[in-house]
Amino acid sequence: MLLEKKKKHGYEINSSSMADIAFLLLIFFLVTTTMDMDKGIPMVLPERGGELKINPKNIAKILVNASGEVLFDGKGVSDLELKELLATRIKERGVDADGKPKLLVSIKTDRETEYDRYITILDLVKDAGATKISIAEPEKD
Amino acid sequence: MFQKKPKQPPGISTASLPDIIFMLLFFFMVTTVIKKTQGIPLVTPAAYQTKKIESKRHLAYIWADEKGTITVDDMLVSPKNLGQISKLIRTRLDEDNRLIVSLKIDKRAKMGLVTDIQEQLRDAYAVRVNYSTRFKGGGG
Repeated sequence: MLLEKKKKHGYEINSSSMADIAFLLLIFFLVTTTMDMDKGIPMVLPERGGELKINPKNIAKILVNASGEVLFDGKGVSDLELKELLATRIKERGVDADGKPKLLVSIKTDRETEYDRYITILDLVKDAGATKISIAEPEKD
Repeated sequence: MFQKKPKQPPGISTASLPDIIFMLLFFFMVTTVIKKTQGIPLVTPAAYQTKKIESKRHLAYIWADEKGTITVDDMLVSPKNLGQISKLIRTRLDEDNRLIVSLKIDKRAKMGLVTDIQEQLRDAYAVRVNYSTRFKGGGG
């Protein structure tokens, strides 16, 4: 016959450049990925209106003044002393049923205290093993 | 008699290369969280008790420097109108109730400013915060 049917060729998309395309995308995501983890000190702020009655024996008060000096239960202390005093107080008061220390640490600052100082104190308190930390509102002047 | 066969270098098959690359690609696509906020230049304080935030997807950022410039997710908040903070955070909290607010505050900032921001957050019922800090002592 004249009109012979042509043999059907399986046409295929050339996939040799697939790897290149994938590489390109890969490099894009590699470059845009930010691996710098956000780090910080987690805290839970007190909710409004919820006032709890706590045995005053279980409260440790820390006051920080504008120049960064610390008053712990009415006595002026250095950072190192503060940490040691807190650690002994936490041990003294023992733990709750859930295994967390009973002692509640209240940190009160002045409005003029530097944030850096506050973080240092908070860090110390956490380092001493306290889990219940309350942030008292500074008095408005 | 014993004819030498022409030596052919045994090539590594590259047929599965695209698959490998795709797998890597998907890994990066899934783990990538594209940064949304620009922030303002500041130096965060350093602390030993620094912990990683588990999930970057449930974060709102508040930046504040020592001059009192405050931004909430890159939106500038005027110091006279701090009520805006609680409004902005409230809308974020409505979208995502697992929201954690990351406080990126300059170490030279005063506690008065920090307290004002915290009061706004309490108004918005956003009580889970994270004081952004660098890790003190070697390494990071």
